[in-house]
Amino acid sequence: MGLIEAIILSVLAASTPLLLAATGELVTERSGVLNLGVEGMMIVGAACGFGGAWLSGSIIVGALCGMVAGILMSLIFALMALGLAVNQVATGLALTILGIGLSGLIGAGFVGERITPAPHLHIPGLSDIPLAGRILFGEDGFIYLSIALVVGVWWFLYRTRAGLILRACGDNHISAHALGYPVLRIRLYAVMFGGACAGLAGAYLPLAYTPFFIPGMTAGRGWIALALTVFASWRPARLVVGAYLFGAVTILQLHAQGAGIGIPSQFMSSLPYLATIIVLVLLSRARTGGSTAPAALGTVFVPDR
Amino acid sequence: MQLVLEKRAERSTTIALISPLIAIGLTILTLCIVFTVLGKNPIAALAVYFIDPLTDGYSLQEIAVKATPLVMIAIGLSLCYLANAWNIGAEGQFLIGAVAGSWLAVKTQGTDAGHWVLPAMLVLGAVAGALYALIPAICKVRFGASEILTSLMLVYVADLLLDYLVRGPWRDPQGFNFPTTAEFDPVATVPTLIEGGRLHLGSIIALLVVAAGAVLLGRTIKGFEIRVVGAAPRAARFGGFNANQLVLLTFAISGALAGLAGIIEVAGPVGHLQPGVSPGYGFTAIIVAFLGRLNPIGILIAGLFLALTFIGGEQAQIAMKIPLDVTKVFQGILLFYVLACDSLILYRFRLISTSPKVQSGAH
Repeated sequence: MGLIEAIILSVLAASTPLLLAATGELVTERSGVLNLGVEGMMIVGAACGFGGAWLSGSIIVGALCGMVAGILMSLIFALMALGLAVNQVATGLALTILGIGLSGLIGAGFVGERITPAPHLHIPGLSDIPLAGRILFGEDGFIYLSIALVVGVWWFLYRTRAGLILRACGDNHISAHALGYPVLRIRLYAVMFGGACAGLAGAYLPLAYTPFFIPGMTAGRGWIALALTVFASWRPARLVVGAYLFGAVTILQLHAQGAGIGIPSQFMSSLPYLATIIVLVLLSRARTGGSTAPAALGTVFVPDR
Repeated sequence: MQLVLEKRAERSTTIALISPLIAIGLTILTLCIVFTVLGKNPIAALAVYFIDPLTDGYSLQEIAVKATPLVMIAIGLSLCYLANAWNIGAEGQFLIGAVAGSWLAVKTQGTDAGHWVLPAMLVLGAVAGALYALIPAICKVRFGASEILTSLMLVYVADLLLDYLVRGPWRDPQGFNFPTTAEFDPVATVPTLIEGGRLHLGSIIALLVVAAGAVLLGRTIKGFEIRVVGAAPRAARFGGFNANQLVLLTFAISGALAGLAGIIEVAGPVGHLQPGVSPGYGFTAIIVAFLGRLNPIGILIAGLFLALTFIGGEQAQIAMKIPLDVTKVFQGILLFYVLACDSLILYRFRLISTSPKVQSGAH
């Protein structure tokens, strides 16, 4: 296996949790809800996903456990931000703080254990084509799922009536309410979808990326996923570009560290975070002509009767 | 029948006063459930958590020591949050303050530098924290980049910088390869208040910060501007208040306070620079700010309370083998209940009937 092929494979693997989490958050934000708790939902998803897989011996059960955990976490957020009209920024922060503690409690029993990581696809013939074969036909199931998910979300948002209604809630909840759409219920579903995706993204880390669980293993990926939705101007197609770009930064800095190019490893490790800041600044500056964010993003909605 | 949220005609002052207490009560109830799930006796665990630390002098001092950084950071954060500027990177500003102040301590190590070292370290820490906080603030007002994400990203960067310094250039040559600087010289150390005790000068500084915060918010035009910009941005624009300038100001103040807290922690209770100097003070301070209702006196009380949970959590781990993560779960749940109870100041619940009504057509 050549170096280029190895790099591309690891970039895909590093990008997938970002893509999964960011896709979920994109749908949530398109409905007008800013859930800053992605990091918290992811880390609980990672702990529960690993626990599920370790106890059952099945990667699929693990992935489902991660998704359910993400949904449960997102329901706490929904209860607060939608049910009680609490400030979404503060609620999201609380969700992250809670998630980091909970994942430590849940994962305490699994630290040091190992599982067999998610198997990679193998189609005799196709997977053996030099270079492209491994990359296109030899990935783990999560990577294909993440691509399918983005395509599905794009189709849902722009090609279905339900997607249009969801975007309407995100752009003007008062009008959507006046038209008779159940704004809060639609947002609840969007938040739950975001939770499921974040939980799955978290579960990907111990199920496929590294076959063990360590506390705090999400290492800010949830926050980078949040930045990716901004990077993508809330559009699914650009999300793919952004996620793979960030995955590439992560992997290239690892390879640069491995090659020993004389720059301290800590500086290389800080690259993805610095890149996030630079991207946010450049994109926000390019967009002086008006924001592409959902107009009602992060605002509280209490229906008047 | 359906339970719905309804806006109150005016804010309920009764609930505003008792909501933190309700939140603490609900959190303790939830904690009992957590303890029971973990197979511990909830009453005994609560006693270890909340009563035992209050019964001996050593723990009482330790509570004050832990509350010192929490209160200082939270006062700064409360200014930001009042002005609707979301600085959530106080942890990073804390670390940068610790790094900047430690630079002087490391450089003067073993020289006959006089008593100017410590004050200069504190100034360096505060200035570095303020400058570090200004990065997200400038990105926000100049380019419109979300200060939430940028300030948080800088936490990871600060953490890595500290890690690099104590493993590389600043590592103690006699430190058996541990990632730490040498112990600071006496002139670079925050003096303790009681001989042989843990309580240090930083706690006095924290009290001064509380007083300054109360004066700023309650007695000055700037404090008034901060509150108006956050509560009524439109009115603030008509009043000619410069919202961008206030974002920069509140970020700079909160960064300076976090940086000051950082260098005090390193030059005081810790005594040297090492990774993990903060058990998440910058994040816990967010909870302190909200639990204290963004009010300086409230923050002082809330800071002492959360410091108690740190100490109680450590003792519970030793005495009852309760995992340390329970403290983080507790803090997260507490913030949820605080926010939920605060919602009831502005809103109330009402039961409405959802049985189909006769359509009158007069609507």
